[in-house]
Amino acid sequence: MADAVVLLDRFPALAGVDLDVARGEIVLLRGPNGAGKTTLLRTCAGLARVVQGTVEVLGVDLVAAPRSVRRRVGMLSHQDGLYGDLTVEDNVRFWARAAGADLADATAALARCDLDGRLATVPAARLSAGQKRRTALAALLARRPELWLLDEPHAGLDRAGRDLVDRLVRDAAAAGATVVFASHELDRAEGLATRAVTIAGGQIREDSGAPAGPIGVERAG
Amino acid sequence: MLADARLVAGKDLRIEWRSRVGIGQMVPFAVLVLVLFAFALDPDRGILTRATAGLYWVATLFAGLLAVQRAFALEAAPGVREAMRLSGLDPAGWFLGKAAAIAVQLLLLEAVLGVGVIVLYAADLQGPLLLLATCMAATVGIAAAGTLYGVLAAGLAVRDTLVPLLLLPVLAPVLLGATRASEAALGNGVGDGWSWCGLLAVFAVLYTMLGMTFFGTLLEET
Repeated sequence: MADAVVLLDRFPALAGVDLDVARGEIVLLRGPNGAGKTTLLRTCAGLARVVQGTVEVLGVDLVAAPRSVRRRVGMLSHQDGLYGDLTVEDNVRFWARAAGADLADATAALARCDLDGRLATVPAARLSAGQKRRTALAALLARRPELWLLDEPHAGLDRAGRDLVDRLVRDAAAAGATVVFASHELDRAEGLATRAVTIAGGQIREDSGAPAGPIGVERAG
Repeated sequence: MLADARLVAGKDLRIEWRSRVGIGQMVPFAVLVLVLFAFALDPDRGILTRATAGLYWVATLFAGLLAVQRAFALEAAPGVREAMRLSGLDPAGWFLGKAAAIAVQLLLLEAVLGVGVIVLYAADLQGPLLLLATCMAATVGIAAAGTLYGVLAAGLAVRDTLVPLLLLPVLAPVLLGATRASEAALGNGVGDGWSWCGLLAVFAVLYTMLGMTFFGTLLEET
């Protein structure tokens, strides 16, 4: 991402951001509310329109073709994106198949997120906030994305859920995926990340390190 | 694209089967419209008989609006629209899947209403093939146009009132063509019902092509 500018309601949510992330890195985005963390994640997913600069994700120029990378990206946002009338299992299966993954990936993801068994048959509308978050995580995991974009992934989860997020992130990075996540829970997030980037006013103020290869592989090992 | 369409249609129909919200409101509403007209026009059985086709399609059209609104209310859950955009599914597949799910529900509704007009209006079917073709073409047209205008309004806060406002004028040719063709099938009309059926087919093809072309853009921009 070089000199990227993204406008929200005509105001620059990203004001000339330069960021280069290597495959396998786990990058923490930190900063105050409204700093531009979520916009940066949405930009990487091809969901925000870049009005200036260049954004290349997984080798794809997102300014020219914002939709072309989406199947390879998994994003966990504040909103869980679940169909309330579908069961946990149906939700995860649907989003997995939408991304081209097979049902075995969905089944494995459900088990990994402790959603197999009775909970799998519960409609999403009847889940607690934490269970919805786990379901959204399972749906993301089942897609087998190459780039994970997580917006406050620990929010709304109990301790076991937070530990689960950390395990999934480390395993994904170990498997070669890149993870970029925004968080306000800095103690936990800084322990998870291999690199921390501070954003304020739509600009990067501090970057703990240039990309140095797949650090996540070493940490996970 | 067809695999994506099957996936989306299967999802929408599974949700309807589980919740029964759409069918539980759509069918009673449409039957109620037929019953109310039967009460209103019963003193003059001749008018009721002559107006059978029109009343049938008015009831179907109004219930179709409910089906369209329900189809896009499903995608209004928090984060679902964004997840749709991120899914990587072919937008034309999304369009075809949603339109197919609406069409299946409408066909079920039309079968129920068909029984209704035979019982309440003493309708006498003389051209079953023509009526079947009319129902198929009109249903595809309503579902395709409804899906296109549904996604156009889906991102707006006023979508519930906007969809009927946008859709009813667009569906006027469907109402006209389906009524004329159905009158011919019921032996009440003048002229060739198949030419009206042809008009319905053209409308259905046109809106299917428009939807497949523009659904993705409308999903992104609205």
